[in-house]
Amino acid sequence: MKGKANLSQDSEVNHMMNEKLQEIKNRALEQIKDTDSLEKLSEVRVAFLGKKGELTDVLKSMKNVDPKDRPAVGQLVNETRKAIEDVLDEAKKNLSEKMREIQMKAEVIDVTLPAKKAVYGHPHPNTRALDEIKRIFIGMGYEVIEGPEVEYDYYNFEALNIPANHPAKDEQDTFYINDKIVLRTQTSGEQVHVMEKGKLPIRMISPGRVYRADEVDATHSPCFHQVEGMVVDENITFSDLKGTLAEFAKQLFGPETKVKFRPHHFPFTEPSAEMDVSCFKCGGKGCRMCKGEGWIEILGCGMVHPHVFEMSGIDPEKYTGFAFGIGLERIALLKYEIDDMRLLYENDDRFLKQF
Amino acid sequence: MNTSINWIKAMVPGLEGVTDQEFRDAMTLSGTKVEGFERYDKNLKNIVVGQVLSVERHPDADKLVVCQVNVGQAEPVQIVTGAPNIEVGSSGQKVPVVLDGGSVAGGHDGSPLPENGIKIKKGKLRGVESAGMMCAIEELGWPHDFFPDAAEDGIYILADDAVVGEDAVHYLGLDDTSFEYEITNNRVDCYSLIGIAREAAATFNKEFNPPKVEPTGNDEKVEDYISVDVEATDLCKRYTARVVKNIKLAPSPKWMRDRLRASGIRPINNIVDITNYVMEEYGQPMHAYDLDTIEGKKIVVRKASQGEKFTTLDGIERNLDSEVLLINDSKKAIGLAGIMGGENSMITDSVSTMLFESATFDGTNIRKASKRIGLRTDASGKFEKGLDPNNAIDALNRACQLVEELGAGQVVGGTIDVYPSPKQQERLPFEYDKINAMLGTDISREDCLDYFKRLEIGYDEASNELLIPSFRQDLHRTCDIAEEVARLYGYDNIPTTLPHSSSTAGGVSFEQRVIDKASDIALYSGFSEAMTYSFESPKVFDKLLIASDSPLRNTVRISNPLGEDFSVMRTVPVNGLLTSLATNYKRRNKNIKLFEIAKIYLPSQEADKLPDERKQFTLGFFGDGDFYTLKGVLEEILERLNLCDRPEYDPKSEVEFLHPGRRADLIYDGKKIGYLGEVHPDVADNYGLGEKTYIAVLDIPTLVAEANFDIKYTGIANFPAVSRDISLVVPNTVLAGDIEKVIENCGGKLLENFKLFDIYEGDQIEKGFKSMAYSITFRAKDRTLVDDDIKGIMDKLLGQLKDMGIELRA
Repeated sequence: MKGKANLSQDSEVNHMMNEKLQEIKNRALEQIKDTDSLEKLSEVRVAFLGKKGELTDVLKSMKNVDPKDRPAVGQLVNETRKAIEDVLDEAKKNLSEKMREIQMKAEVIDVTLPAKKAVYGHPHPNTRALDEIKRIFIGMGYEVIEGPEVEYDYYNFEALNIPANHPAKDEQDTFYINDKIVLRTQTSGEQVHVMEKGKLPIRMISPGRVYRADEVDATHSPCFHQVEGMVVDENITFSDLKGTLAEFAKQLFGPETKVKFRPHHFPFTEPSAEMDVSCFKCGGKGCRMCKGEGWIEILGCGMVHPHVFEMSGIDPEKYTGFAFGIGLERIALLKYEIDDMRLLYENDDRFLKQF
Repeated sequence: MNTSINWIKAMVPGLEGVTDQEFRDAMTLSGTKVEGFERYDKNLKNIVVGQVLSVERHPDADKLVVCQVNVGQAEPVQIVTGAPNIEVGSSGQKVPVVLDGGSVAGGHDGSPLPENGIKIKKGKLRGVESAGMMCAIEELGWPHDFFPDAAEDGIYILADDAVVGEDAVHYLGLDDTSFEYEITNNRVDCYSLIGIAREAAATFNKEFNPPKVEPTGNDEKVEDYISVDVEATDLCKRYTARVVKNIKLAPSPKWMRDRLRASGIRPINNIVDITNYVMEEYGQPMHAYDLDTIEGKKIVVRKASQGEKFTTLDGIERNLDSEVLLINDSKKAIGLAGIMGGENSMITDSVSTMLFESATFDGTNIRKASKRIGLRTDASGKFEKGLDPNNAIDALNRACQLVEELGAGQVVGGTIDVYPSPKQQERLPFEYDKINAMLGTDISREDCLDYFKRLEIGYDEASNELLIPSFRQDLHRTCDIAEEVARLYGYDNIPTTLPHSSSTAGGVSFEQRVIDKASDIALYSGFSEAMTYSFESPKVFDKLLIASDSPLRNTVRISNPLGEDFSVMRTVPVNGLLTSLATNYKRRNKNIKLFEIAKIYLPSQEADKLPDERKQFTLGFFGDGDFYTLKGVLEEILERLNLCDRPEYDPKSEVEFLHPGRRADLIYDGKKIGYLGEVHPDVADNYGLGEKTYIAVLDIPTLVAEANFDIKYTGIANFPAVSRDISLVVPNTVLAGDIEKVIENCGGKLLENFKLFDIYEGDQIEKGFKSMAYSITFRAKDRTLVDDDIKGIMDKLLGQLKDMGIELRA
């Protein structure tokens, strides 16, 4: 055996020592073999290798050894210690692995038990729909602005080409505060506010509450929301209006969405249109949602009427623009397939939780 | 507006072969929106004209008879019927017969029509074979009053001109479709058949054949019968009239009845039918007076006097005011202009001479008058749109033509026409380039001129001007012309592009960012977003225990609300949320947390100024949590908006609807930024809230003024902290906030944080006192603190607390 200590052959002591060490080693290995826990293994280590352990005792008895033999004996002791330690370490490693395995087996959980969730609130469906609309238009460079709900008659009507006695004023079932002040019936007055500020070009959307004297039912509410939109610059065309709103529809309802523009009339735009989108439920084949039409009316729009420009101090010979108005509730009801508008204002938790 | 497609096709023959669906789609895309259409014969199948050959008694039933009916086939069919007007022994009657396998619209009792009609099959009635059914008008889907010539009870006996074996549905004019349109208020001309037919002709590019009106009248002069004086020329732009004498009232001919019926109008007699027919055709209401009731051979058009009473032809006395326009003779009022004629001058069965009036009244005046009087008629509905004065005379002459054609009377020669300021021909420059520039198109000049021609817009090449026809009262500027071009070119054919203009940054306002952040925190704290109405009942203030003299009761009031419950704009933001919480409570929903971002509306001192609209951030909940839960959410919102100083809570809050011992104003930087508390038990009772409910409100403008998003990194502490725990015996009257102020003041720069970790009131503590334990942590940025650093601070701290009656707990 390489490096084995070279003891005097005839030394009785040495012989005895050798045998003793061998005996200790065998015993130690025997005990290690039988050990089935880390604690017991630790006890074995202490019993043989500890400060008061057997091998330490052997070292202590070195004083009886012939001094010339001491190095060799010492080496023999160390070899024995090393041998025991190696086996101990090996045993510890194996035992640890085994214990970890047992532990993990005992720790198996039912991963299908219910999750523990923090309780978060839910945004209102109107807000969810509005956030989508805002995201789309902000992406196209639109600023989001807001204006007053209690508004001068002038901004709600006159400045939008709806003079006193215009039948449209009656049609909109306006709530009046007094002769000059109304609850706005549309967000379109924001067009005028923005233009009056005189900062061009304009690209804005303006969401907000509007009011009409409609009795509450499944499709009407005296208080609801619109999102106004407006672009004013040089060389803005009707084709830009079509392109912008087609892009909006695709982003809101999906890339397959088709749009259709129908001529319509609004006093403050000319030409005017209503936009339909292909039904996003049936894809245009016709279903209950689109009442079998394949198309759903989404918004009104048009080129800003030159007289509206003139009243707001913008030169219609230089600038053109388009405007549109979206009914927010309409979008929310359609997009989330809500069948009764009253649900939006009841705030039943079982309803709100779904958004 | 409803029209019969057959009537339209009579004016636009080129539409023959166009299906209902095609008509609908094309008209909608060119601007005449079709709301819907319905075929009158959708459930009428296999119905022919039959002739009764014989009627015999049924062997086993008293009320039934057995008929042999010639339906134009080789053999007559046998039909058993119980109709009272087919009598035993009679024969020769022509009747609609539905044959075996056909179907009818409904039952003979006139009850609501089933969606898919009723199938008719060969069968036996009391043992006698019956191979079809003779039809009453109700079975064909119509009430009797639309077919006055039909029997009121029994089989519809057809006129002699019906041809045996031919399609009875066609004979009765029921092979027609009713179209319903949404006409926008700028297209007054389209509230008429001619208007829609003209649009149809332009849309399909087909020839348009409106009625040709030939001259009418005898040698007499209308002036010998009547003179007209229009005093209120501002309210009556044109007044035309003609006289018809020797009137012979009779039913109108079948073709006229068919068309009226298909337009939803009941035929009455020739004179009434002509008036209605022309109103449908031209969109011009007319009125007929019995000329013999008109005194002094004179018509005066003037305003009523205030408080004047007048009995309309429906027999109801109406109270008038000085803005109502009246038609008078030389002595009395005889009609409410444009709304309804008078009882005293109405046409009766004994009429012999009548005055046909076709006038143009001011639309706004008619609209307002009919609203004030509370009488809206078909006529006023047309007038209030503002009619074209040049249409009035055409309609009158058309009516007179029909009178002659129908032999309903003798038209007197000449026409009264009071038209003080005739409408001028409107001319617009044809700005071809501008139109294309506005549309983003490249439509040729020739195409534009073709569209104009189809729309009867004239073109003067010499001046390059468009001549706007009188009926197009909506065309005033080039943008209007652009729309005409666009809709005939087809909106769908206009390209789609994106604006190539100068770029804009876009984004949301600072206020919106603040609100979004606050919303995020509310959502992450378990609050869902609610929305409630902005207006409410003034009773809300009592419900919320708000003092009768509180300025909050000064509201923006709606002068025409839907009802008291929706009559005032809210000045307090909590009613909506409390109501919603109560709704959830009543529905047994548990642990409800809601928030709302909504405005309050504080009226201005000046009546003509707009109110101050202030957005409020309101949170409310019941269920898991308490006052301090809500406080935690508020503080999180403040921290995330970078309001880093410690907010103060003033328990001397005066928010009436909160529990007096459990409410506080939230003060930041000396400013009241909101309030919170437990809902007053009386208020909770008022709302039916059976659980403790908590409410907090933040005033968003104040919050926005303080908020910022400027975050600066301050480093991570490198030196260890030193903590001191102190346990205090505190008089009950001392607030935690007062103690914490002292800790903050004394702690100075070295104070890192502190925490109340125990509060106790009870046996071990003297009555009137509470035990409070704070853990206070100090740290320096530049060194490790030593005991001496802390000792001075703690001594000062305890000294100040002692002055407040607070002792260290032994």
